[in-house]
Amino acid sequence: MASGSVADQEGQVMLLGFWFSPFVKRVEWALKFKGIEYDYVEEDLTNKSTLLLTSNPIHKTVPVLIHNGNPIAESLVIIEYIDETWKQNPILPQDPYDRAMARFWANFIEEKVTKPSREALISQGEQQEKKVKELKEAMEVVEGEAKAKLNDKTLFFGGGNGVGYVDIVLGWTCNWMKTIEEVGGFKVLDPENQPQFHKWMANFREVPFIKPTLPPKEKMVEYSRMVRQARLGLVANK
Amino acid sequence: MGEEVKLFRTWSSPFALRIVWALRIKGIEYETIFEDISNKSPSLLQYNPVHRKVPVLLHNGRPIAESLVILEYIDETWKQAPLLPVDPHERAMARFWAKFGDDKILGSIWSVFIKQGKEQEEAMVPAMENLKFLEGELKGKKFFGGETIGFVDLALGWLANLIGLLEEIVGLKVVDGEKLPLLSAWMQDFGDAPIIKDNWPARDGMILKFQALRDATIAAASK
Repeated sequence: MASGSVADQEGQVMLLGFWFSPFVKRVEWALKFKGIEYDYVEEDLTNKSTLLLTSNPIHKTVPVLIHNGNPIAESLVIIEYIDETWKQNPILPQDPYDRAMARFWANFIEEKVTKPSREALISQGEQQEKKVKELKEAMEVVEGEAKAKLNDKTLFFGGGNGVGYVDIVLGWTCNWMKTIEEVGGFKVLDPENQPQFHKWMANFREVPFIKPTLPPKEKMVEYSRMVRQARLGLVANK
Repeated sequence: MGEEVKLFRTWSSPFALRIVWALRIKGIEYETIFEDISNKSPSLLQYNPVHRKVPVLLHNGRPIAESLVILEYIDETWKQAPLLPVDPHERAMARFWAKFGDDKILGSIWSVFIKQGKEQEEAMVPAMENLKFLEGELKGKKFFGGETIGFVDLALGWLANLIGLLEEIVGLKVVDGEKLPLLSAWMQDFGDAPIIKDNWPARDGMILKFQALRDATIAAASK
């Protein structure tokens, strides 16, 4: 697709991303789930493009979705925008109460699983122990939810055989969590005590439009290692 | 109608206030249940087992927790006086700014409040940067929602009350009328709006509470 001024291309969807970012991946999953065509721009986070810096001046991060020349940042905000703009294959439920529950769990996952995981990757000693403890407690809650909502007929939190909002938000764990554990040197995943969650991860990984998007393990380990060392190095030099 | 709406709140929670404002703006009748955080009711623990916090909205016996989630639920359930805009891009912007408030503004202001000396000076830098973004967002608008109070105003509304209180406690001007004229004006306009004005928690109680919080945090940090 020819690249002209973004504002010229009515209806054009562009996603500024980074291969490793689970936040970017979520947005891609949402776009693919709805069959929306988009241009993907891989950002070099050590040398951010002018487009990225002008599209997301506040956070200067990916993902940024640019639609009809309008930029939107923050993965959960982007996913809701996608769901409201393209009506096919709904991501969030229709009923207001069910939507509230989906949003509640998305928030829980962000605050109690996603954020502490990243913090555990880039910390050590007592700091890391604290985060790992938080994570273990959060995973108990996740397993509880999985036990309550999932069974042989209902594979995903979206209900039935289809993924939904909560699956897309939690989905990064199916691949990234193991890498973070390995590189960070801690254990949170526990197949014996999280059987339903592990079933969910296995099912999520195999979803046809999800599977090809998962980055290769070695590449993820290499990058995570670099991130951890860079952050710990900075802390040590203070 | 016979719809049962109950709100679990505390006297001072700024998050619960968001819900009070939303219910009042939409003219929804509701019952208030005041919680004592040091002695949570069995109902609260039953309705919000995950976080055990206020606010919790109970609608026809079904509980919803997390203030911004509750606001969206209220907006989707009662269509009068809409809080969020109609246009999807504008809705996305509103959600973005509400999130910015909770993720960045809250934390950076709190950092200024619980620190002292050089550390406090350093904490002012990101706080001011974040407040300047809000200032920019108010260009050409009376409220973040435009002519009338909307989702973002409710999400950021705590600023209109708490900033003055915190400034008094630490003796430091955080929202300077010269540096942040639009934000200062918004704090005034929002704070004085009829529905909002009537619901601020008791000033003396707030000063005591936050002074105690600051003292305790500083004491714990110096151990």
